[in-house]
Amino acid sequence: MTYSVQIKQLDLAFGAVKVLQNLDLDIHEGEFLVLLGSSGCGKSTLLNCIAGLLEVTDGQIFIKGRNVTWAEPSERGIGMVFQSYALYPQMTVRGNLSFGLKNARLPKAEIEKRVNRAADILQIQPLLDRKPGALSGGQRQRVAIGRALVRDVDVFLFDEPLSNLDAKLRVDLRVELKRLHNQLQNTMIYVTHDQIEAMTLADRIAVMKGGKIMQLGSPDEIYNRPRNLYVADFIGSPSMNFLEGRLEGGNFKVDDMVMPMVGYEFLTPQTMDHTAVIGIRPEHVVTGELVRNAPLQFDVDVDLVEPMGSDTLIYAKLGQHPFRIRMDGQARVKSGEVLAIGIDPSRASIFDKKTEDRL
Amino acid sequence: MADAALQDGPRGPKPKKSFSRANIFLYGTLLLVSIYYLLPLYVMIVTSLKGMPEIRMGNVFGPPMEITFEPWVKAWSEACTGINCDGLQRGFWNSVNILIPSLILSISIASVNGYALANWRFKGSETFFTILIIGAFIPYQTMIYPIVIILREIGLMGSLGGLVLVHAVFGMPILTLLFRNYFTSLPEELFKAARVDGAGFWGIYFRIMLPMSLPIFVVAIILQVTGIWNDFLFGVIYTRPATYPMTVQLNNIVNSVQGVREYNVNMAATLLTGIVPLVIYFASGKLFVRGIAAGAVKG
Repeated sequence: MTYSVQIKQLDLAFGAVKVLQNLDLDIHEGEFLVLLGSSGCGKSTLLNCIAGLLEVTDGQIFIKGRNVTWAEPSERGIGMVFQSYALYPQMTVRGNLSFGLKNARLPKAEIEKRVNRAADILQIQPLLDRKPGALSGGQRQRVAIGRALVRDVDVFLFDEPLSNLDAKLRVDLRVELKRLHNQLQNTMIYVTHDQIEAMTLADRIAVMKGGKIMQLGSPDEIYNRPRNLYVADFIGSPSMNFLEGRLEGGNFKVDDMVMPMVGYEFLTPQTMDHTAVIGIRPEHVVTGELVRNAPLQFDVDVDLVEPMGSDTLIYAKLGQHPFRIRMDGQARVKSGEVLAIGIDPSRASIFDKKTEDRL
Repeated sequence: MADAALQDGPRGPKPKKSFSRANIFLYGTLLLVSIYYLLPLYVMIVTSLKGMPEIRMGNVFGPPMEITFEPWVKAWSEACTGINCDGLQRGFWNSVNILIPSLILSISIASVNGYALANWRFKGSETFFTILIIGAFIPYQTMIYPIVIILREIGLMGSLGGLVLVHAVFGMPILTLLFRNYFTSLPEELFKAARVDGAGFWGIYFRIMLPMSLPIFVVAIILQVTGIWNDFLFGVIYTRPATYPMTVQLNNIVNSVQGVREYNVNMAATLLTGIVPLVIYFASGKLFVRGIAAGAVKG
């Protein structure tokens, strides 16, 4: 497998503040990689470094095997789409699309051809002679994508491209982006703080925090087997239930409850006793008929019920610990009830309390 | 019965009294202030349209009984300053010759300065900017003599070129500040997008930034036109009588004390001198306000 973008030991500091620290990342040819994290985690900074808009403090960046650490943004073979669209307001859509090509001194016929092709792909053909001011948000973002498209580049960089759009449009464009990636098969690097965008679009997700990559893996891995507490907590909405206890000889003990971890795949055989944290996703808790077949069964006191249409969210107490459960929209549960639940240890995650890493 | 009571109550917009106390106070103040400013202007205009005999009658506020444009013609082409008797026109053209190059020089340099400071942060750019800003607050009287020496050394003392240089340099701090703030207020992503699109320093300046900065250019032009046109001190110090700007010449006309004081000619000359900044204001007032606001949002 060939690499499209490789980042080696990248450091970036603004004065004394280290934004990125010793960061390594290899991105495959044609891969859709999402950089996911809360604001200030360095994801946009990393993208700007790849684009060449920020000078790195140390380390190297390769694109298609070429060292581009010192190259100008336009020489790197990248196209970039920004959150605020960043369309040139005084130029028509056609002018916006062809600006980069004119700078590269391409022949007129070639520019025409590429602009038309991009306009066809993005269905903005009728808008070509309008100014950005006369376009809607979705149309503007489409033009912004087009500007990256005409450059015929290997790598597309997206900096939270959908964050400025309203919810419905965001979903539409998300689907369109995925379709575009299937069609073009380019490498795409996509920055977002929206985990749904990350999960739906990505081949692999890099969850970032404090300038470091906490976990790099497929959406499935990130969701089902989070490498550490941070990733476990960050991914999933409502977020995971965490219970603190001790891991003793394959049993997890919380207060006087004992959970035999049957079927749980430990990363390393556990010989020592640990203070640990168990994480259980609200949607992995079963209720009703299914409880009988679950390896672990408990009763919880229902505290509060939030019907959300498609789902019902239950805020309950497991012993003294708050515990969230996601049931389907038809669930008829009232607060104050006692609810029987079932948990499958093989779908849970256990983390070391001290290192916060998965066990 | 109860329904009727409900329908009888107030309905629709609340009626407003046009002669409320607040309104009287507000418009009264405005009126008073306007009179305070407009009365001298009125006196100037009517006086400039009167002949000398009528002025000697002493009715300052009365409208001219016989309108004459003689004083205007005289002020423009015949009034005497010292040995020359060719009126203000020479001063006018001198001022134009000073204004145009100073304007172009200062605005083009300051806009590039502001653009570089806003978008291409270089090592020491903040220090550079701070020094420039300090320059805007130093009273320029302190620099008059050093500049005389500098101009003498580079051989520009007494020439129009020297004065142009002085105006361009003195306009630099405030104009740079203005342009920098404006360019910082433009979205940074636009600049980034242009860089990804392969535009360089000048490409981005001319193709992206310039077309978006009409308002701030108008502000800069107004500031510079009024500043340079109305300048008296630099004009009188750094030029010779043959190249005196209009303001200096106006002063000489008004202050020459040979014979009778021709008030009508003086008024006409003063109005003529003030016309250029006035025209600029009226032509671009709206853009001026917009530009000031746009530049001021982000400091």
